[in-house]
Amino acid sequence: MSRYYTEDHEWVEVDGDIGTVGISDYAQGQLGDIVFVETPDEGKDVSKGDEAAVVESVKAASDVYSPVSGTVIEGNAALADTPELVNEDPEGDGWFFKLTLSDPSELESLMDEAAYAAFVAKL
Amino acid sequence: MSQDIQDEALETELLNLPLDQWHRDRGGRMVPFAGYEMPVQYEGIMAEHLWTRAHAGLFDVSHMGQLVFSGANGDKGGLDAALEALMPVDLAAAKIGNPVYSLLMAENGGILDDLMLTKRADGSIYMVVNGACKWDDIGHFREHLPDEIEINYLEDWALLALQGPEAVTALERLVPGVAALGFMQGAAFAWQGHELWISRSGYTGEDGFEISVPAEAVAALADALTAFDEVKPIGLGARDSLRLEADLPLYGHDLDTETTPVAAALGFAIKKRRREEGGFPGHERIMIEREQGSIVRRVGLIVEGRQPVREGAIVVDAEGSEVGKVTSGGFAPTLGVPIAMAYVPLALAEPGTRITLAQRGKIHTAEVVKMPFVPHRYVRKGG
Repeated sequence: MSRYYTEDHEWVEVDGDIGTVGISDYAQGQLGDIVFVETPDEGKDVSKGDEAAVVESVKAASDVYSPVSGTVIEGNAALADTPELVNEDPEGDGWFFKLTLSDPSELESLMDEAAYAAFVAKL
Repeated sequence: MSQDIQDEALETELLNLPLDQWHRDRGGRMVPFAGYEMPVQYEGIMAEHLWTRAHAGLFDVSHMGQLVFSGANGDKGGLDAALEALMPVDLAAAKIGNPVYSLLMAENGGILDDLMLTKRADGSIYMVVNGACKWDDIGHFREHLPDEIEINYLEDWALLALQGPEAVTALERLVPGVAALGFMQGAAFAWQGHELWISRSGYTGEDGFEISVPAEAVAALADALTAFDEVKPIGLGARDSLRLEADLPLYGHDLDTETTPVAAALGFAIKKRRREEGGFPGHERIMIEREQGSIVRRVGLIVEGRQPVREGAIVVDAEGSEVGKVTSGGFAPTLGVPIAMAYVPLALAEPGTRITLAQRGKIHTAEVVKMPFVPHRYVRKGG
């Protein structure tokens, strides 16, 4: 399995043709206390860069873009009642949605963990 | 992920306040606000909010404009009358040292700014206006007040707010005597040889104090206060959620030149003598609205579900037509639910009314509730 990151601070963990999407630890730290998450419905087709989810902190609402194209197979139901999971475990239990990738070659344009760490260090 | 956090307009040149480095040293996340770089949060808005409600929070509000009006050849009546011509305050009834809330009025009955003013023993008037409005306010005063009235902008003074149920315990240790003040009472004090002006007032709904302090002493005072276990520094983010829960409108959002005091549910700021006598901008419209009702009214809403409905969302009727707007909204940390302030037609303004909101293409349901959302805990004393 490998994990890839976008410059907009989403991550996607790929296992076969299934991707799990979330926001990075840096992103949750910037957002602060998260009070609401809206995940996409099963069956929704998303293109890379599409607004796929909404995350709201005490202060503001932000869109979460899909890092890759595909069809959503599951939203993280736990976030409906415990959105704070995104603060507590952003790159684990605080995942947003899973999808089947329609074009795995899109991953080539994303950063690996080391490249993302270097990107964040410069912000 | 989109970054909407720093949604305040970027000013061309941001200024720094006296505590700038102090905030950075304590991990304050600095954002542009009212032309300054100011801390939006330290450890997190939720924790800071709840800390203030349970203990004491220290807020730097030095961006606000502190003004002193004097002159009219020592004729106090002249100064009072000149200010009364611009706002519905009753300075004859105001007690020396005690701040009163008032509104700088536009000719059309709209609000140019909301402010606090205090008569001092020497006949001068101390005023605190909103940071984002202060330069316009000074221009307005200069244009409309007689030339012999001096307006002194206290640029060399900082302003702190210490808010929360343990504020009095902490401040009394440093400045003995403050505990004798009641809500909306103020007096001059001293700390380590520095003059202070302290009033028991604030913008959170909690007991607490606002402390005017010379800029050169503010870092030492902030250090001394935060050295107490009860006190933590609190950012602008929690200031906003605290004031929203406390039914305290924010100028530029809940109040502006299109909102009247009656629509804004600030009728208490129109003093009885001034209602009867008039003589301030917008008097005629305000009297008509008092009698016939304003078209819309500011109300509090509790939103169903968990998603916050924020400023800019619209209130819609059964046909989907826009009939009102949300002017402030967010998640209420004390209550654990989304709350909002909105202007709605009078027919929808009664507590218990269910209303429909639209935000980014999505419909939300809310109920009108009596404000404040969280009860005020002011400490009132006679005199």
